[in-house]
Parts: sequence; C-alpha cells; structure tokens
Amino acid sequence: MADWIFDALLSGTLVWVAWRALAATDLFKSVVIFIAFGLLMSLAWVRLSAPDIALAEAAIGAGLTGVLLLDAIGHLRNRNRPERTEE
Amino acid sequence: MSSALVFAVAGAALVALGLHALVVRAHLLHKILGFNVMGSGVFLVLVGLAQRDGVDPVPQAMVLTGIVVAVSATALALILMRHLYALTGATTLED
Amino acid sequence: MNASVRIRTAWAHRLVAAAAFAFALSLVAVMFDMPIAASKLSAQVMASLPQSGVDHPVTAVLLNFRSYDTLLEIGVLLLAVFGALASFDTPAAAAACVASTANPLLGSLVRALVPLMLLVAAYLLWAGSHRPGGAFQAGAVLAAAGVLLRLAGMVPTFLPPNVLRRAALLAGFVIFLAVGLGALVTGRALLEYPREWAGSLILLIEAALMISIGWILVSLFMAAPSPVIEENENT
Repeated sequence: MADWIFDALLSGTLVWVAWRALAATDLFKSVVIFIAFGLLMSLAWVRLSAPDIALAEAAIGAGLTGVLLLDAIGHLRNRNRPERTEE
Repeated sequence: MSSALVFAVAGAALVALGLHALVVRAHLLHKILGFNVMGSGVFLVLVGLAQRDGVDPVPQAMVLTGIVVAVSATALALILMRHLYALTGATTLED
Repeated sequence: MNASVRIRTAWAHRLVAAAAFAFALSLVAVMFDMPIAASKLSAQVMASLPQSGVDHPVTAVLLNFRSYDTLLEIGVLLLAVFGALASFDTPAAAAACVASTANPLLGSLVRALVPLMLLVAAYLLWAGSHRPGGAFQAGAVLAAAGVLLRLAGMVPTFLPPNVLRRAALLAGFVIFLAVGLGALVTGRALLEYPREWAGSLILLIEAALMISIGWILVSLFMAAPSPVIEENENT
C-alpha cells in the first residue's frame, strides 16, 4: 500500500515538474527544472525495477542533456556580449 | 491496477505535454525540451505497460538504447539551433 | 503580429492542447483495456540466460539476444557525431578555446574527481556482466569526465583531429561489426557468438562500446559552434 502511494505521488510530481519545465518562459528556468525532471525520472526507473535505466537516465538524461542545454543557453546569450579580454 | 500502470499513465500524460510544447512553443529550445519530455513519456509507457506483471528485461534494454539515441538527437538538434542562431540570429522558425 | 493573427494563433494553441489531452485520454483508455501479453519474453530470457555468456538479463538482451539493435544504435550515434563534426569549425573553436573559463576551484575538484570517474567507469563496465551496469553507463561516466575536463579548461578541443581520436570514435562500431561478421565467416549466423567465447566477446564489445560512446558524447558536447567573439566596436 505504501509503495502504491509513493508511486502515485512520484508520477504526479513527474507530470507536474514536466509541465512547469515546459511552461516556463525563462530559458534557464526551463532547463534547470528539466534537469530536476530527469532526476525524478531516474527515481521512477528505480521504482520500475530498472536500475540500469536509472543509472543511464541520471548520467545521460539529466547530466549530459543538462550540460548540453546549459551550454546552448550560454551560447545564445554570449553572441551579443563584447569580447572579454580577461576571464 | 499494478504500480507499473501508474507510471504508464504518467508516461501518456508526459507524451501529451511534450507534444503540446513541441507544437505550441515558438522558441527552438522549448521545442527541444518538449521533444525530450515526449521521449521520456514514451519510455515510461513502454516499460510500464510491459511490466504490469513482473520485471521484463527486453523493454528495459530497448529503453536504454532509446535514452542514448535521444541524447544524441538532442545534441544534434542543439548544434543545428546554435548554427541557425550564429548564422541568422533567430531562435524561432519563421512560418 | 496584428490582432487577428494573434487570435487565430491562440485558437490554434487551444486546439492543439485539446488534441493532446484527447490523445492522452484515449491512450490511457487503451492501456486499461490491453490484455497482459501471452508470450512471456522475460521467461524466455531467463531460460536462455546461462547460454548468453553473462549473468545479468539486461546485458544479455542488449549484447546477445538483441545485439543487432545495439549495433544499429551505435551506428546511429556515429551518424549523429558525423553530422555534428561536419559543421565543426576548427579555427573558430581554437579562438574560442582561449576565452574559456578556468576556475581554480573547479580545477582542483576536477583533478580529484576525474581519476575516480575513470575507476567508476571501468567498474561499471566490468559489473555489467552480473549486476546493473554495462557499456552505456560506463560510457556516460567517461563522457561526464571529458565534459568536466573541458569545462575546467584543461583540455583543448579537437585540434587537430588525429588518427587516435577518429579511431576512438569508430572503435565501438567497427569491433562490434567485426565480431558479427566474423561469426558469419566462421559459418554461424550474423552476430551469433560461439558459446564458450560469448562472455569474453561480450566484454570486448562492451569495452569498445564504452570508449566509443564516451568519446562520441564528448564530441557531441565539444562540437557545438563556439560563440562568436565580437570585437568591441563603438556600439
């Protein structure tokens, strides 16, 4: 019974976090919430008795995809900035 | 109704959310996010439906493959978006 | 956008939302109606597991029973990285590399973490034969180590694209294909491993896959076009 409740809560949170990630107007906020969505998906895979998928989702889905998205956002912002001489 | 079916239902909701975002949102990055959420939803549906009565390694292997392919598709899409931005300065697709 | 276009767009968005909602509802209805599948794939996998060469069912499915899917998947990854590298501008990346940040705290953290990550990747590769793990997870950890090195400013980009880097990209697909075709040459079906060598062949293929997947994912990260460093004109 208890894991039933946990599964229902996790699924509901998953859908809600996805909705918040997709509905956000700010790009950075969308990406950060999307990374959180990826980590919650990893939890869902653990609940579905799929530890391999959980490992891959945490590393690739949340980690690598998050890095790619954040890099893209940085690129979208950097074009308009003047060159920085010291970093 | 087993607990895996709960995740399958959540997966269906994720597919709908992702599809809506993919179509409606104008910015390319939001479209890419929607595509990723759709992919995660499809994986949940696949594994959730197959594991209604017990653990099944075959859809798990397929989803593992799918996750890696999805990240490479996302990376390619982001590179294309960045090239579009570098060349034209636009982040939305003109109609 | 004038008012009529805006109103029409709003109605189009509502239509899409309604269609997506209806789609989700119908999908859920179908899910509740679906009978449980009669053919139990999991039972067949567990029955054939001792002959597959590994002890973990997911690894057996990935690398033995459905190895053709994995071969095609690494092919798809290669196509993606070819597409990404095809538009890679080496001089611009060299120019942008100079401007990348080199945070000292990140540097010391990376020096501590990357050797551990290499160890974890090797362990995941080895553990994939009898517990959750395998080539994909190990390759992902390798890719994360590469990305960390790049973010800490310790590793330049692909300058120049030499033979070793190209070999690392191709190693997984080539070795996988070579094992599969080798089985054809010795009279078996494509990708059918000989029974007593199955475990070692799977480990060899997984090692090559790990290196390739790690390098492909790092390439996908590094191949992104660099931000154009504009000269600060009078704007």
